[in-house]
Amino acid sequence: MKFEWFVALRFLREGRTQTALILTGVAVGVATIVFLSALINGLQESIISRTLGNQAHIVVRPLEDIPRTVGLDSIDGADARIIRPPQRIRSVRQWQQVAAIIAATPGVIAVAPTVNGPAFALRGNGTKAVAIRGLDPEGYSAIVDLKARLVDGTLTINGFQAVIGVELAQALGVTIGDKLRLLVGSGTTAIYTVVGTIDIGNKDLNERWVLVPLRAAQTLFGLDGGVSTIEVKVDRIFEAEPIAKVIGQQTGLLSESWMSSNSQLLVGLRSQSASSNMIQTFVILAVALGIASVLAVTVVQKSKEIGIMMAYGTTRAKILRIFLFQGGLVGLLGSVAGVLLGIGLGAFFASLVKNPDGTATFPVELRLGLYLRASATATITALLAAYLPARRASRLDPAVTIRNG
Amino acid sequence: MADPILTLEGLTKNYGSVVITRALRGIDLVVERGEFAALTGPSGSGKSTLLNLIGLLDQPTAGRLVMAGTDTGTLDPNGLARFRGQTIGFVFQFHHLLPAFTAVENVMLPGFAQTGSMGAELRQTAERLLDDVGLADKRNSPPAQLSGGQQQRVAIARALALSPALVLADEPTGNLDQESGEQVLRLLRRLNQERGITCIIVTHDDRLAAQCDRTIHLVDGLVDYDRRNSPPGLTPQ
Repeated sequence: MKFEWFVALRFLREGRTQTALILTGVAVGVATIVFLSALINGLQESIISRTLGNQAHIVVRPLEDIPRTVGLDSIDGADARIIRPPQRIRSVRQWQQVAAIIAATPGVIAVAPTVNGPAFALRGNGTKAVAIRGLDPEGYSAIVDLKARLVDGTLTINGFQAVIGVELAQALGVTIGDKLRLLVGSGTTAIYTVVGTIDIGNKDLNERWVLVPLRAAQTLFGLDGGVSTIEVKVDRIFEAEPIAKVIGQQTGLLSESWMSSNSQLLVGLRSQSASSNMIQTFVILAVALGIASVLAVTVVQKSKEIGIMMAYGTTRAKILRIFLFQGGLVGLLGSVAGVLLGIGLGAFFASLVKNPDGTATFPVELRLGLYLRASATATITALLAAYLPARRASRLDPAVTIRNG
Repeated sequence: MADPILTLEGLTKNYGSVVITRALRGIDLVVERGEFAALTGPSGSGKSTLLNLIGLLDQPTAGRLVMAGTDTGTLDPNGLARFRGQTIGFVFQFHHLLPAFTAVENVMLPGFAQTGSMGAELRQTAERLLDDVGLADKRNSPPAQLSGGQQQRVAIARALALSPALVLADEPTGNLDQESGEQVLRLLRRLNQERGITCIIVTHDDRLAAQCDRTIHLVDGLVDYDRRNSPPGLTPQ
């Protein structure tokens, strides 16, 4: 064993109380970081997966209708007013080629054409405003996992079959096999058989979604062979915005990512992360101050011993390392204890607060990468914190410290 | 007398930058190998300063200090630390043993610090030294379990760990009762005679100084007198 390690270990063992104090400090700090990160990450992932559980990462639509204005400025003094035309359901031109272009965009992993539009669902005296989603449920499952959300019946729809939200089924009093009349604005109506119900995890959508085959929706909205939107899934969700921009540039269509349609949510997530980082920074700072102050006291207490070691030929570099090793070792051991404590705390917390269905209300994401990051941060912090006291020890004047013995 | 262990030429030490205290005002001194000398003087005469300079724990303001043929002014801090460890053994008024280590480990530490490894050889040497100072049975005791005299003997064993040519003792008996003090002094004397180690002992105890071969007396930063003592029993009337 090297001299520096030998002495450092003995010093740590000798000052048991101090060592225990800083070990506890590091452990509590690391546990806080691990627990807080795991909780915040878990919460955020849960929120994002809930948000993206019923929407595509990117939605591509035709450009909106805008009025053509001619020479407005030339009408001198006239009270000109631009009247925006109402938006209608329009098809993406040559959507097969467009879909192929989108599918070839780097980062895109799935593409699904859909026809969306408003309608009424009628059954007896009951009338509900609904949102028609014309799509192929099998293909669309690559975008949004509908299979996991199926409550009853089947997702396979052909001809005049529909899958509807559970709240809508309840409101209209329909069950599997019942019939339902759909009426769109143009006056077209058709009768559909309910073959399945889904729970999208959002009451509003559960009250409004009616999934019908793509071809049926095309007929309802008069889009012969056309689609109103192309929905896209990307491999990394936070890359959605730049990918959406690329798609917009390549296709000349409106391309909106979940990040821009949920900007409020994103701001919320970012401020949550920011406050979590802030707390972690202060925790690290507190740990560093704790280590530095305890080691500083140790250096003062041991100044005579340091002096005598220098007198018999120990170099200043070795004295420096003795105290750096103490800091580093405490950081490392404290991290291990802290990670274990953090895991325990996370597991305990997750078991404490549960939803009625038994799942954790606060999902806690415990990952190896997090432990390594927290441990590395604490160990490096401990080394840095030990540096000042260590430097002070290495600069002691042996003549002075021994004389003051 | 042609092989001095220590040669001081015009050694001067000033303290302070605004108000300058002239602790040593030009000391010329030659100490031969194997001498057993006492360094005496009243408080503030500069004997501690001189000991620190000879011990290479401090740098002189002016003058030359040649030890074992090496002009110490030419060494860098690391070289100085190594040279100090190999050439000089220190015994202080307070034993300055490291409480976290056993007696034998305290004796091993200087060698460990120098070589970086703690081999069986190092331990054997340390155990032999402890045997030599009469503490064979206290090898594994921590300093706190030893008496003052025993602690000081461990400190002497430690001073000898790297076989130094010169042992500097600063009031080695100052903190001990008379009997322990006598014992420590006899030990130093024996090491001097058996191993030819040069000893310089700082003391203000005249009785102790009289037992040394030579007394160097400082007053106000200068050598007041430097005389050979008569062998014990032949004290002039």
